[in-house]
Amino acid sequence: MIPELGQFALIIALCLAIAQSVLPMWGAQTNNLNLMSVGRTAASGQFLFLLIAFLCLAYSFVDNDFSVQYVANNSNTLLPIYYRISAVWGAHEGSLLLWVLALSGWGFAVAVKSRSLPDDVIARVLAVMGMISIGFILFTLLTSNPFDRMFPAAAEGRDLNPLLQDPGLVIHPPMLYMGYVGFSVAFAFAIAALISGKLDSAWVRWSRPWANIAWVFLTIGITLGSWWAYHELGWGGWWFWDPVENASFMPWLVATALIHSLAVTEKRATFKSWTVLLSILVFSLSLLGTFLVRSGVLVSVHSFASDPARGVYILAFLAVVVGGSLTLYAWRSVQFSTGGRFEVMSKETMLLLNNVLLVVAMLTILIGTLYPLFLDALGLPKLSVGPPYFSAVFVPLMLPLIFLMGLGPIAKWRRISISELFHKLKFLLAIAVILGVILPIAIYRDTTIMTSLGIAAGGWAFATAVYAVARLIMKRDKTTSVFKSLSKVPRALYGMSVAHIGMGIFIFGVVFTSAFSDQKEIAVKVGTSVDLAGYSFLLRGVGPNQGPNYQAMRAQVDVTQDNVPIVTLEPEKRVYTVQRNPMTEASIDEGLFRDLYVALGEPVSPGEWGLRIYYRPFVQWIWIGAMLMAIGGILGATDKRYRASANRAA
Amino acid sequence: MTPKRKQRMIFVIVLVVGFGAATALALFAFQSNLLYFYSPSQIEAGEVATDQMFRLGGLVVEGSVARHADGVTTSFDLTDTADSITVSYTGLLPDLFREGQGIVAQGKINTDGVFIAQEVLAKHDENYMPPELAEALQAAGGSHPESIPKTQ
Repeated sequence: MIPELGQFALIIALCLAIAQSVLPMWGAQTNNLNLMSVGRTAASGQFLFLLIAFLCLAYSFVDNDFSVQYVANNSNTLLPIYYRISAVWGAHEGSLLLWVLALSGWGFAVAVKSRSLPDDVIARVLAVMGMISIGFILFTLLTSNPFDRMFPAAAEGRDLNPLLQDPGLVIHPPMLYMGYVGFSVAFAFAIAALISGKLDSAWVRWSRPWANIAWVFLTIGITLGSWWAYHELGWGGWWFWDPVENASFMPWLVATALIHSLAVTEKRATFKSWTVLLSILVFSLSLLGTFLVRSGVLVSVHSFASDPARGVYILAFLAVVVGGSLTLYAWRSVQFSTGGRFEVMSKETMLLLNNVLLVVAMLTILIGTLYPLFLDALGLPKLSVGPPYFSAVFVPLMLPLIFLMGLGPIAKWRRISISELFHKLKFLLAIAVILGVILPIAIYRDTTIMTSLGIAAGGWAFATAVYAVARLIMKRDKTTSVFKSLSKVPRALYGMSVAHIGMGIFIFGVVFTSAFSDQKEIAVKVGTSVDLAGYSFLLRGVGPNQGPNYQAMRAQVDVTQDNVPIVTLEPEKRVYTVQRNPMTEASIDEGLFRDLYVALGEPVSPGEWGLRIYYRPFVQWIWIGAMLMAIGGILGATDKRYRASANRAA
Repeated sequence: MTPKRKQRMIFVIVLVVGFGAATALALFAFQSNLLYFYSPSQIEAGEVATDQMFRLGGLVVEGSVARHADGVTTSFDLTDTADSITVSYTGLLPDLFREGQGIVAQGKINTDGVFIAQEVLAKHDENYMPPELAEALQAAGGSHPESIPKTQ
């Protein structure tokens, strides 16, 4: 009964989405207020019914209703309750339901928070979001219905993929999806502007915080994915240039370009068509990512059972959305006025360069990800593009970007004098270079040109971001206290500063981990020890351990440094009862300056086990930095001027 | 030049330079970083040079897995049912490595005709078969109970 209720709610949501996309749009064209006001009601209703559908599916999981095929395939009575709930989005059908729920959630948020927007604008925005909803709800119902029953019902479920039984995976997909579909708001705003021909400062003030928040979700989602891979895959790596990672990273890069381009459009009323194009591009890339992951054309841990019908449907949908919006763009974008003028050397040019570098970086990843698929489609030799390709193109593009990142916030709009800028920043530049040389040598007695360059880049990003706020404090008149002038700095500026500081910390982490990691894969007899990076790892013993839905062999590894005990690590080799796949569960001692990471391999001979031991310096900085970026994004999106425009009519 | 024209010129120049540089970078990196996929039959047929890094796919031959005295070097034979190649790998094998399983190894052929693997990939599903491998097995005329491609 409950699954049918869920299915019914899904169908009602579809009907509401159809109403939401047709009526307000028609109302906006014919200036009919009643029709326009349908948008808000339909968007709220759609969200409500999708929430009901989602809760019905969650109930089926909690209730172990194995007559529902999707539940039977992805759950088990022994599965702990929290993983039973996260299993709702553990495979294709349910994750799609989560996707449409997130989409309607954004639509609902727009409907609620948009009181001050002109009626025709909000009507068009909600109509566009309704169209996207139609596409995805239909996709769910036609090709991937999570509520399909099976007869006879299964006696026991086939369990959730053991790799997905990890806390990181409980929140990674929802965050990522909130980011992906969050850009549907910026996209809908862009389409609405193209239809109405109006793109004024109010439009930007509206679009900008939404893009920021979506970017925050995407940032957190990708970070959690990386963190999960590090913990769960047992390889000690945090980024693999896996096609599916690339699928989420491409929209991130362009979204980063978008939030910077929006800044120019807001402050200087220029880059308008470019901003609109980026809005379209980000959402298109989110859809492309969905296509790559869901169609099964990519082979990775993320690609669920492939079904050609699904791939064809998403590809067709992608063609309609991208083709349609780009045609609209080509036809209508010329009408936007060119805004304020600027010189070659100006903040505008720097932000333009930032955008070009980010888009170019996205394109090189796109080529690397799609090229093997193209060759395959043409029947040419099989090949793959490995991580060395991505590192080789990515690093040279990021270095100038980070250099600009330091100049941009300090530079003035319209025109800057190079000598003045150099005068302001030469001290920080010197600090960054010295840091690049000294820091690796002081800590590790070793460096290379690339390592020093990388650390200098991180130091530069960090120092200039601090300076961007500090110079306002230094300029204060003598009567105001430091604290008071700090509180007067706009929150958006803090946001920029925190995000750029996060980038600096992230770079430190990446460079130190890449340059000074150490590892050993070795056979170890029980009672003997291995030395790595100044630590001694003693394999004290290996014994059985019983988990809720798995059996494991658990090792005790005592770690000491100069005979001082540090920690006892307990890595496991698990075999899950239902799926019978062996799984490595690494044990990690996390620290601010280094992680010690041990994974247990196979028994080599009686009393002798294979061990993977990793020393990963500063690896936590990668995720700390990324989280600071997200916090910066939140600060930027909640600046006073956006809240003011939201409250004005409330 | 009017300021508006000048602004356009900045746009165009920046775009052209940016995309040009990226194309150059990408092509350069592409040349040295593409990994082709070969089957044991293609190696036997002499299609692969000895100093070339590539990916080799096949089924692990039953009874061929041998561990060396150091405990972490393993050698095993990979077959596409027509021919087989000996592979040597130093390091811990992935969780799902076992006899009869389809795997993909990445590395080079040495002068003795042994494939020295730098990386061994086996995916997390006992039914999983890389699509390249499934095709190579089909091309070699082999049929194997596990040779139906299925992603997880």
